[in-house]
Amino acid sequence: MNLSRKWLNEFVTVTASDKEFAEAMTLSGSKVELTHDLGAEISNVVVGQVTAMERHPDSDHMWVCQVEVGQAQPVQIVTGAWNVHVGDLVPVALHKSTLPGGKKIEKGKLRGVASNGMLCGLYELGLDERDFPYAAIVPAALLNDYHPLDKDKPSIPADVQPGHKIYGPVVAARVLECVIQPDYTFHTCLDLGGSTACPDTRCPNLHEGDMVAYNTKTDSICTLEDLHAQQAEFPHCIPDGIFILHEPCKPGDDIKPVIGLDDHVVEFEITPNRPDCLSVIGLAREAAATFDTPLNLHNPVVKGGGPGVLPELLDVETPDPELCPRYTARMVRNVKIAPSPKWMRERLRAMGVRPINNIVDITNYVMLEYGQPMHAFDYRYVKGGKIIVRRAAEGEKLTTLDGKEHTLTANHLVIADQHRAVGLAGIMGGLNSEIVADTADVVFESACFDGTCIRKGALALGMRTEASAKFEKGLDPMNTLPAVERACELVELLGAGEVVDGTIDILNFVPQPRVLRLEPDRINGLLGTDVSQPEMVSILKKLDFQVEGNQVTVPSWRGDVVGMADLAEEVARFHGYNNIPTTLMRGQTTLGGYSPEETVERQLGVMCRSMGFDEIITYSFLSPTCYDKIRWAADDPRRTSFKILNPLGEDTSIMRTSVLPSMLEILTRNYNYRNQNVRLYEVGRTYLPGGEHGLAVENKVLSMGAYGGGMDFYTLKGAVEAILNDLRAEDVRFEVPCVPNPSYHPGRVADVYAGARRIGVLGQIHPLVAQNYGVDAQFYCAELDFQQLLAAKGADPEYVPLPRFPSVTRDIAVVCEEKITVGQLEDCIRSAGGKLIQQVSLFDIYRGKGIGEGKKSVAFNLVLRADDRSLTGEEADADVKKVLEALSSQLGAVLR
Amino acid sequence: MKETLEQIRREALAALEGARNALELDELRVRYLGKKGALTAVLKQMGRLSAEERPVMGQLANQVRAALEGALETRGRELEAKALEDRLEAEALDVTVPGKPVARGHRHPMYIALDEIKEIFIGMGFTVLDGPEVELAELNFDRLNAEEGHPSRDWSDTFYFDEDSRVMLRSQTSPMQVRAMDSMELPIRIIAPGRVYRKDEVDATHSPMFHQVEGMVIDKGVTMADLKGTLNTVVEQLYGKGTKTRFRPHHFPFTEPSCEMDVQCHKCGGVGCPTCKGEGWIELLGAGMIHPRVLEMSGIDPNVYSGWAFGIGLERTAMRRFKIADLRLIFENDVRFLEQF
Repeated sequence: MNLSRKWLNEFVTVTASDKEFAEAMTLSGSKVELTHDLGAEISNVVVGQVTAMERHPDSDHMWVCQVEVGQAQPVQIVTGAWNVHVGDLVPVALHKSTLPGGKKIEKGKLRGVASNGMLCGLYELGLDERDFPYAAIVPAALLNDYHPLDKDKPSIPADVQPGHKIYGPVVAARVLECVIQPDYTFHTCLDLGGSTACPDTRCPNLHEGDMVAYNTKTDSICTLEDLHAQQAEFPHCIPDGIFILHEPCKPGDDIKPVIGLDDHVVEFEITPNRPDCLSVIGLAREAAATFDTPLNLHNPVVKGGGPGVLPELLDVETPDPELCPRYTARMVRNVKIAPSPKWMRERLRAMGVRPINNIVDITNYVMLEYGQPMHAFDYRYVKGGKIIVRRAAEGEKLTTLDGKEHTLTANHLVIADQHRAVGLAGIMGGLNSEIVADTADVVFESACFDGTCIRKGALALGMRTEASAKFEKGLDPMNTLPAVERACELVELLGAGEVVDGTIDILNFVPQPRVLRLEPDRINGLLGTDVSQPEMVSILKKLDFQVEGNQVTVPSWRGDVVGMADLAEEVARFHGYNNIPTTLMRGQTTLGGYSPEETVERQLGVMCRSMGFDEIITYSFLSPTCYDKIRWAADDPRRTSFKILNPLGEDTSIMRTSVLPSMLEILTRNYNYRNQNVRLYEVGRTYLPGGEHGLAVENKVLSMGAYGGGMDFYTLKGAVEAILNDLRAEDVRFEVPCVPNPSYHPGRVADVYAGARRIGVLGQIHPLVAQNYGVDAQFYCAELDFQQLLAAKGADPEYVPLPRFPSVTRDIAVVCEEKITVGQLEDCIRSAGGKLIQQVSLFDIYRGKGIGEGKKSVAFNLVLRADDRSLTGEEADADVKKVLEALSSQLGAVLR
Repeated sequence: MKETLEQIRREALAALEGARNALELDELRVRYLGKKGALTAVLKQMGRLSAEERPVMGQLANQVRAALEGALETRGRELEAKALEDRLEAEALDVTVPGKPVARGHRHPMYIALDEIKEIFIGMGFTVLDGPEVELAELNFDRLNAEEGHPSRDWSDTFYFDEDSRVMLRSQTSPMQVRAMDSMELPIRIIAPGRVYRKDEVDATHSPMFHQVEGMVIDKGVTMADLKGTLNTVVEQLYGKGTKTRFRPHHFPFTEPSCEMDVQCHKCGGVGCPTCKGEGWIELLGAGMIHPRVLEMSGIDPNVYSGWAFGIGLERTAMRRFKIADLRLIFENDVRFLEQF
């Protein structure tokens, strides 16, 4: 919401600087985003009057002007524009002036002639024709500016003389005289070569001596369009030039107030509970309360007396009263469509609204001032003089003002005549009833529509407009009448038409002001303050709450105030949030801390980081194609995912049931960034169907992934072992998966168990999966279920006495079939060796010379010890012998 | 003989002084003091001396031997010390050669920021709660006073899993307030960090998934002054003692009065600069007194109990904490980024 401070000052006098104003309003609840001095970039630009001008001696298109700028002497300025005449009031950027866009003007010489500044056009001042419609330029085609497209075939001879025929009724003519008239048109006298003509023209680029094309039939001077000429043929006859001011001003005046750039605009972020602040009046009320100054509101007065009797002209029906709590309308006849006056255009522009014409501008002006969206439509298109506010028929079509055709449903509310829709209620008017140049009779609609209906309708059509954005927040139905009165008052003020007496006002609700009890103790109790009752009453009254005793009547526009807490907020806002004391919490102390789950989660993180794994954060949603990439079968039940019905895109459309694709994506990204050694982990969630109340089962998974830097299967396995060891998990085993895991290398994957509990999986990513990610590298990943890790967490450690007797070590190497695993050998050694075996450590696996095809030699270091005596060599050897016998008989592994 | 002894003494002492290492020293010991050494050779001639001369010469010979032995030991120690010195010198390392790298993993910067926040609240007796991200619209909206028709419920803003808009990705951590009220005994002091989802395209400041920390206190006699005091304490711990804050009115459906808390811009000290967009203040979090209707809907009597709640965006906190310019870095997980923290 933009606010013009000039407009604001019509209702409340606030002299604070923009910064002070912004701060005070922000602290009382109207958050200011930005403040903007419209003329900040313009300096040393004044009104000038052209007192004399002559053609530049050394240029075919420039003029040397003498300009009176309120100084002792006129200044000389050279301009290339052709629309300037002696007597014109123009904006003059003097020596050492600045213009929008950081442009700086200094004196200089143009082709040898001194120029002490610049005459400005609209664009140079940051304006355009919509701001000053009168400044639009329609140039005449000057034959002395004619440049043939083809030099050899000019359409007009270079030596064309007055009276020469150009085509049909058009002849060449020389301008003998060109005099500006009070209505800013020009009276000319033309030499037609033997005769003269004196046409009037709007073309502002004529000067004595110019050659023009004159249409003898229409008695007019031809424009480029009349000649069907291209711009390139008349390069200097352009629809641009100096901004000739029609404003009451005099040489030397600062230009900013003259063109309305002396205003300051404040941009507010208004919270959705305060639609009343989406208006100048609403903000003025807040400003008055904030600065504790009086609010001067104005009651619109309409003279009326327009021809006709309203009930005979117009009838309104609201067959869906719940969607249209109130419909207010008035009529204006004999409308004269014209640009609205400067002050209105300036205010609209300051608030970010482009001026269009007086009637449309009035509706926008009232919407900005009152916060009440208004619509004006052409009465002649309201067939049967009857307005029906109804639900659209299914499939009903309507083309809105923006030229787009919409197919509607019964969820849309339309404004219709007896036959067809003429507007989308609360969103946008229909093209078929648009205000156009010859509109004679206008209906002003000021209605209150159901917010939800408007919001849904606008959303369904994808056309959230300024009006719909207001309606959807729920507007004050009491505001429609003053708004329509104000519109009619403005019509009369602008002389834009004659207002018909009477108002159509349909109320489909019973106005019932809300009355609350003022409970100062409870308010102070909630805020922790000690605000007196009189202060509270004074604050509420400033905001137009009526207070009598303990009864507070809430104004109709404050639908957000429904209870004690809301009153407390009003009190707090104007007592000052920053005047509320700061206290620390009292009462019963509570014991804070991490849950057992989070404690373990943190432990896992510490462990991963201690082994060089960096923590990552990945999106919870992914593309369904990810399951293909990790080679899950098409009918894999794990593909059943929570599917977002309105995703941002396919890539983020389902909730992951596996963390693997997320990890692979991040590994791939790092790989593509050519990061050499990468180790990553995340405790991420998966989202599986089947939770309570239709929600997901959200499981956490410790996801690890790595490549490079010596990462291989056993390195990752070592990391997983370390994690399980840190958790004191017991009976940890790694087994070849009984069901093949398609995402991993079939020969380099293991399921991880702690006892009977399957913790997860680890291994090398299947080369085909890597290929699906466009990677030619060995990725290693582990997926460990967090709940299983939590369950596998062992008991706290208990001290075990250190050994009192020395141990004996023996190395053995056995040769066995390739298919026998180290795990099997180890298990065999432990069970055969009995309780003397303290430790079994693999130290070598050898294949090749001397071992035999299909076999391997596996070497272990055994540590043996008894708890009650020093073990003798003989005892140790006997135990090792038992071990070797068992290895040989059970696994066919013989001593090498 | 006397001359011989004196000559041996002179020669030997000089030789010992010149010995360059243990080996040479040992050779000299043998040459002068050994069985076939010079001194022994002289002593062997003692028998030829007269009885009067013998003790005199004997004494002199002993003196010479003692002198030589002493010199031998001294020189030996000197050479030992020198040998050690030489060895240490030879063993000297180029200390500028880099140490052997020890792999160290890094906590994600956003979780570093979260840990700091958690520690502060745990210290104040708050419990850390976790909850579902796939959530009921009832808990995310209805129970938080954002009724049917509230704009944030639109499909353009929130992700849904069913046509009835019943199950959604939580758009805020605030449903954890409801879950806590429904499941915990009063009084309650909780924080609930977690992922939230909104339909925002990815750019330098937006992401469809981001993180918030919710906080809530419910007890008898809890006031807005407590809210201010507690959050001020938190900010002082996060940003340093004396950090200035201010509270601005704001609007949230589930708190009343509602506020936003700003911290004074650390860059300009409140004067206004590009970091704070000229305002002098940086928005930190939203908070407020729990709306009486929200308490009522959870079966808590607002006439007896009151509470306050806050929500803080974690990404922005981390970005501010570590001066991270682009939100996308947080989810990109480039190790060159991660390993800076």
